[in-house]
Amino acid sequence: MNGSQETANAITNDAAPALRVAPAPHVYDTRLTTRRMMLDVLLALAPVVGMSLYNFGWRAVLVMAVTTASCLVVEEAGALLQRRPSSLGDLSAAVTGLILGLSLPASCPWWVAMIAGVVAIGIGKLAFGGLGQNLFNPAMVGRAFAMISFSKFLGAPAYRIAEVGGIVSQATPLTLARDAAAEIPALWPMFLGTVNGSIGETSVLACLLGGLYLCARRTASWEIPSGVLGTLALLAGLTRLLVTDASIAAVPALRLSVLEHLTSGALVFGAFFIATDPVTNPISRKGMLVFGAGVGFFVWLLRSFSGYPEGVMFAVLLMNALAPLINRWTVPTPVGGPVPERR
Amino acid sequence: MAETAVIAGFQGTFPHGIHPDDRKSLAANTPIEVLPAPKTVLLPVLQHLGAPSNALTRPNQEVVIGEQVASAVGFISAGVHASVNGIARRPVHVTLPNGRRVPAIPITAGAEQHSAEQIHADFIGGEWPTVDMPAFAAQEIVDAVLGGGIVGLGGAAFPTHVKLTRQPNKTIDAVLVNGCECEPYLTSDYRLMIEAPRAIVAGGLLAAKAVDARFVVIAVEDNKPKAIAALREACAGTNVVVKALRTKYPMGGEKQTVRAVLGRTVPTLGLPLDVGVVVVNVGTAHAVARIVLRGKPLTHRVISVTGHGVKTPRNLIVPIGSSYRSLLDFCGGLRPEAARVLSGGPMMGFTVADHDTPVTKGTSGVTVLTRRDVSHSAETACLRCGRCAHVCPLNLVPTRIAMAARKGNWDVARRYHIQACMECGCCTYACPASIPLVQLIRVGKARLPQQGSGSGKQ
Repeated sequence: MNGSQETANAITNDAAPALRVAPAPHVYDTRLTTRRMMLDVLLALAPVVGMSLYNFGWRAVLVMAVTTASCLVVEEAGALLQRRPSSLGDLSAAVTGLILGLSLPASCPWWVAMIAGVVAIGIGKLAFGGLGQNLFNPAMVGRAFAMISFSKFLGAPAYRIAEVGGIVSQATPLTLARDAAAEIPALWPMFLGTVNGSIGETSVLACLLGGLYLCARRTASWEIPSGVLGTLALLAGLTRLLVTDASIAAVPALRLSVLEHLTSGALVFGAFFIATDPVTNPISRKGMLVFGAGVGFFVWLLRSFSGYPEGVMFAVLLMNALAPLINRWTVPTPVGGPVPERR
Repeated sequence: MAETAVIAGFQGTFPHGIHPDDRKSLAANTPIEVLPAPKTVLLPVLQHLGAPSNALTRPNQEVVIGEQVASAVGFISAGVHASVNGIARRPVHVTLPNGRRVPAIPITAGAEQHSAEQIHADFIGGEWPTVDMPAFAAQEIVDAVLGGGIVGLGGAAFPTHVKLTRQPNKTIDAVLVNGCECEPYLTSDYRLMIEAPRAIVAGGLLAAKAVDARFVVIAVEDNKPKAIAALREACAGTNVVVKALRTKYPMGGEKQTVRAVLGRTVPTLGLPLDVGVVVVNVGTAHAVARIVLRGKPLTHRVISVTGHGVKTPRNLIVPIGSSYRSLLDFCGGLRPEAARVLSGGPMMGFTVADHDTPVTKGTSGVTVLTRRDVSHSAETACLRCGRCAHVCPLNLVPTRIAMAARKGNWDVARRYHIQACMECGCCTYACPASIPLVQLIRVGKARLPQQGSGSGKQ
């Protein structure tokens, strides 16, 4: 339609520019688009992916490739079935796929990774209505499904691949923490990431590099990682102050120090890359802080008392469910107060 | 005094807001010139907020520049004055860029017009008394402003005599002269601050006299150091203070200016009056000085014609009622890449669909944007990233209000305070998903059913 209008103009008067009308505002911040936000996440994941290759080699590549490919295929299939234009270009499915891959163990069979990817996009996202509509973080929906359905391949024992040797043959730090007789690895290797764990979670350094980039770009809101890490540090610190030898004997994970909590497991990865998914967390800054604090609290609770060594995934999913409620509780008051009744 | 004066509550900024590229360098260094009187001017009887004025001229009546051609009807209204010498014709109807369709008086310009030098000298030049101001009674000032048809020249065009009239149960202690000019591109206020700073100071003092305010502050964004320096020099010997505010859109919104300068919060749906402040734009202050000190009604105003879509950006003294076309032609016409002609700036300006419509008292600029300027990515679903809420100067949640308005979900729209929105456009500017948030909210505000009448009356 515009094309024909332009042609008509060209015929009547070559020099006349085609002028349009539109309501204000007439300019936009083009530095930040949906696609650019997703691209930012992919860029920020580069150090994490690099570290995963160093630790797990081709096994990591395989898992990430399978999850990403299955997410992209399901996203495209959804677009075809729903007769809407392809949405691969917004890169959101690629982000889901990569984050899902990074959250799995390197030993994960390709077909489990594939099913996790299908569930992530198919049930986690498309079933809710696509981008922006989903209640739960799609990558975590996929991971939770795989973990519950195929616990053999995602449980603590799956992380040890004896035949490979090196770090991959050791138990993960949080699994060790549950065994009163075992030593928790030193902080420095846990910070650098030369310990066992899910593909992308081991290196706090790599996650921090990418995460701080995301916060600096404002693609991720600093309130969320601050809430997660701050709350967990606070709870872990309080635990250390109050805990007795008897309670450690009963619940060995209570002996984790603040820094051990902060450097182990998927915490930093989750705080910067999973909990910050804008679709599934609250809108206002206050809401984001509450959300982050809730994730931190549930991570501490699940790590300390649940049947699983790590709790980031369930903590994020639980808080995702609460996000709409947090939004209701944190409707900001307008500057100048609420709209007066009747005026 | 001006540099060091301490103002209780001064903050220098307000929370949230955006930093668009200001593009002011296009016209910032071009001195104000006079647009020669066009062949005809078209004077709408409604160029202000309030009741339309009443046309006074008979068809084919001869009028001279400055003669009143329409008179105010009621308190919140403003008269209109001939901006050229010539012959008034039978009123016609015209649709203004803001969508209002109103009667307008055409005036065919005669051969005898004031020269450009004369208009320039009368508008900008000569002496503007500041220290040695003659003593005026408050009522004298208000009467002169009413008689001169002065309205707010910052864009909203609220009749100025209403602001300057003392209210029985409200005390005013401060007059803020607003020189923020936070809209990108526009430079008319900037040029006026540089070229006629003493007139602005005089206007501020007169406004303060009218409302019996204790002090006058001229607020300017800190990206205009030359204007700040010129105003500070002009303030010498008076108790007028110039304050630099942080450059940010919408700093020039009066609620934001009041907050930044005085730390006071104007209540939702209220006016600066409610917190003891009268805010006038620098152009308005100049117009007040001009009618009170020189007896000249509002016949001309400064308009910047700017943007990458116009050949030669300029700042012009324009007879009110001149067509957009006459301004654009004087500036060399449009470039081939021009895509949108705006009345005002790009954040809140209206698109001009018909270039033969007249500029009015509230036209602060004509901005011509190119295809590149207005292009943006296609709309995607809301990511709930919250960026709109994080930039909203009124601390609203635009995405919630906009989505509720789109679906006609009025309860939700009210719960998120839809009526409080001032439509500054920060949310749409910032939205990564390119959702037309403020546009949806604007329509929602218009469609919002009266409270209590239910939402069935659609």
